[in-house]
Amino acid sequence: MSGVGTYRAAIAIGDTPIGVRCARQDFIRMLERRYAGFMVAPADAGIQLDIDIVEGPEVIADEDLEVSCAAGRWTMTRGDFSAEWDPEARRGRVRQEVLPYAIDAVLRIMHSLVLAESGEGFLLHSASAIRNGRAFLFSGVSGAGKTTISRLAPADATLLSDEISYVRLVGERYCAFGTPFAGDLGISGEKVVAPLHAIYFLNKGDRNRVNPVSPAAAVSTLLRNVLFFADDERLVGRVFQTACEFVSRVPVFELTFRPDAEVWNLIQ
Amino acid sequence: MSEKYIKPSRNIAARMLDDEMIVMSVRDSSVYSLNATASVIWGAADGSTPLREIVASKVVAQFEVEPEVAYQDALELVEELAREGILVVADHPIHSA
Repeated sequence: MSGVGTYRAAIAIGDTPIGVRCARQDFIRMLERRYAGFMVAPADAGIQLDIDIVEGPEVIADEDLEVSCAAGRWTMTRGDFSAEWDPEARRGRVRQEVLPYAIDAVLRIMHSLVLAESGEGFLLHSASAIRNGRAFLFSGVSGAGKTTISRLAPADATLLSDEISYVRLVGERYCAFGTPFAGDLGISGEKVVAPLHAIYFLNKGDRNRVNPVSPAAAVSTLLRNVLFFADDERLVGRVFQTACEFVSRVPVFELTFRPDAEVWNLIQ
Repeated sequence: MSEKYIKPSRNIAARMLDDEMIVMSVRDSSVYSLNATASVIWGAADGSTPLREIVASKVVAQFEVEPEVAYQDALELVEELAREGILVVADHPIHSA
C-alpha cells in the first residue's frame, strides 16, 4: 500500500510493466491472482494506470469496443469500461467494475498500441511455445486449433500462451514472450522469452502436413490475426510495415493437422 | 491518344518482399500482391512519367514483350488498381495523390 487508500500492483507483459493504482484492495488482490507470475514491483512500472471502480448499473457489457486518438490521447470505451491513456505522459485512467475482463481488455489494447507505435512487434491471435530454446507461433482465428495444439504439446515444451502471443524484436531477432492471456485451456503462459524459429498458420484436417506460404499470403494472414483495435491510418500503416519485416525474417508455414500428438513431430 | 500518369494513393502502405510488391489499403486493411511486371510499374509510378514511357523503359526492356501489348496490359492493370483505390490514374501529371 502506498498513500492513504491507494493500493498498487504492476503487471509486466513482454518487457513493458504497467502499474495499476486503485483504492480497492480486493481489485488489486484479484489482479495478483489473475496475473500471478507476471507481477513485478510497482516501482518498476513506466506506465501508470489509475483505476476507478464503479458498480453495476453503469455497465453495459455488450457494447462494442471503440478505440480512438485525439490530440495525442487515446480513448477506449466498451460496455464494461471506459479508459483514457496519454502515451507521452505514460499515464492513464480506467473506469470499470471490479471484474477482471475490463482490465484484461485494457491491457491488451495498451500493449497493442505500444507495440504498433514502436514498429517492432505485435500481439497476435496465436498459441506459442518454446521447445529446445526455440519459440514457435501457432496462429489462427477462433476454432483454428490454438487450444488443441497447446493441449497436445509434449512435456518438454514451455507454453507461452494458448490464445494471445506477444512478439517483439529484440536486437536483430523476433522473440515470443509469454502472456497471461489464456484461451479455452484456461492456463496462463510462462513469463519467459525465446527467439522465434517459425510461425505456423493453423488449419484442422485429416492428416498432418506443413506447406510454405508466399510472402503476400503470409502478410495478409498475419495482419488478419494481429490484435489491433484502433481506427488510425498512420498506425495501421506502421503495423503493415512491421508485418512485412516479420515475414522477411521469420519462416512462415501453413500447418494442417489432426488432433493427435504426432503433429508435434513436424514442429522443428 | 492522351498520356496516362500514375501515382500510388495516399492511403496505402507498400513494401517489396522477394519479387512481389505487397500493398495495403490503410482504410480497410485489404492487402494486394503485385507480380514482377506490376511491381516494376508500381515502382516507377511517380506521377510525372507517362505510363507509355514507364512501359517502354522498364517493362519492354526487362520482360521482352511487344510494346503495344505491354502497354495495353499495363493500362488494364493500372485501371484495375485505380478501381481498388490504391493507385491514382490521370490524364495529366499528378503532383499529390
